[in-house]
Parts: sequence; structure tokens; C-alpha cells
Amino acid sequence: MKKNPTVELKLPVLKDMELVATQSSEVIAKHMNLSEEKSAEISMALIEACINAFEHSETKTEIFINFIISDDSLTIKVIDKGKGFDASSIPLPDIDDKLVSDKKRGWGLMLIKELMDNVDYESDHTGTTLTMVKNKNKDE
Amino acid sequence: MSKVINTESKDGLIIIYTDGYLNKDLGEEIQKIAYEHIENGELNFLLDLKQSNIVNSIGASILIEIIEKLQDVNGNLYLCNLAPIIEKTFNIMGLTKYCKTFKSQSEAIEELS
Repeated sequence: MKKNPTVELKLPVLKDMELVATQSSEVIAKHMNLSEEKSAEISMALIEACINAFEHSETKTEIFINFIISDDSLTIKVIDKGKGFDASSIPLPDIDDKLVSDKKRGWGLMLIKELMDNVDYESDHTGTTLTMVKNKNKDE
Repeated sequence: MSKVINTESKDGLIIIYTDGYLNKDLGEEIQKIAYEHIENGELNFLLDLKQSNIVNSIGASILIEIIEKLQDVNGNLYLCNLAPIIEKTFNIMGLTKYCKTFKSQSEAIEELS
């Protein structure tokens, strides 16, 4: 069986390193003939996934990103070795609530879910793997 | 490096021009400039994002702080020249419920002045 081509990145926990990931995703999206709209959605979701991994996992080392290319989709895994979290315990943010709250942040998970076609988390105290998928259209 | 590249007063609006990634640093720079103008009683802002085609939710959250501050003083934040993905992101967040967006600066000025 043919193995899907995979691009692997290892990012240190440094400021704006998420942009290294988006540069890679743009090249991969172009290779896959994805639309500019889909490419931008992938980049935006990736930025949020990296920020979550950098900040909320409290990992002190690097994070890992795997881009798995197939004929009909791009699968991206963002892996950290941080403290883990329960995605179901994160409340859905609402702009009306945020405007009167001291806590304005907390949008990442919602944005990722809205921008990608499929999103899944596996998380425990040894780390988190976020898997997100963008499907190709038949005409792409 | 992202930054505010210019600020000008035009037709009753304070126009803030940005360049690059709308992240925490750029959001805080916009916030500092906006708050200085609010102290001077200038309450209507147009953020021109023509040269910013990427954003993160931390930068966007700082815009929510600015909107909250402006609500307290009956001011307004408007946005123009948004890249499609930034507009989509702000729509998902509901941010555009509280700050009107315009395709171009000229369209904004024509409607607001």
C-alpha cells in the first residue's frame, strides 16, 4: 500500500513560531491545489492550534506538527508533551459575554472547529494530539 | 515585525494603519494609541488592515477590549480593508456585530463622515 506523503515540523516554544507552520501549510496547500480560501483557513486554524499548544499545554520544550497529504484531504496533527486538557470542559465563547468579562481570550478551539472539516483531540497528562482535517473538493 | 505604520485624523475619524501579523504585540500597540486618543476625547476609530493579512485570536481579543472601552464612552471602532480570512475570523467570533466593516477606507469615510 502506498504511504501518504508526510511533512514533519518541530517548533521551539518561541514567539511567532506559528508562522513557520503556516508557511509550510501554504506550500502544501499549493502542492495539493487547494483553493486560496481553504489555504487561509488552514493557516488560521494552525495558528490557533500552535498558540494553544505553546501557551495552554505549558510545555517547556518543542511542539511537533505532522502534515499528512492524501488524494482527498490534508490531515494536520499538532502534538505537544504538555499537561493535557479536557476539550469538553472548555465553554464555547460568546462575544456578548466576553465584552463584559475580564477574560477576553479563549477563542482558539471554536475557530479551529469552524475553519476545519474535522477536529479531534486526544489528551492526557503526558500531552495532547490535535488532529484536524481539511477535505479537498472534487474540482480541486 | 508587525507594527502600526501611521495614525491620522480625517473627517472625524482617527485612522490607524497597521502592517503585518495582528498578534498580541500589534494589538497592544493599537490599544495604546486608541486609549491615548480616547483620553483626548477622540472616540471614533477606523482600523485600516490593508497591510495585515493574518491575525490570531489574541490580537482579536485586544480589539474586543478596545470595543468594550469605547462602549463606555459612546465611541466606535470601525474596520476596513480586511483580508477575507480576517473577516471570516471576526465573523466567527461575532466581533463584527460590534464594529462595522468596510471594503475600503474611502467607503468607510463616505458613510461615516
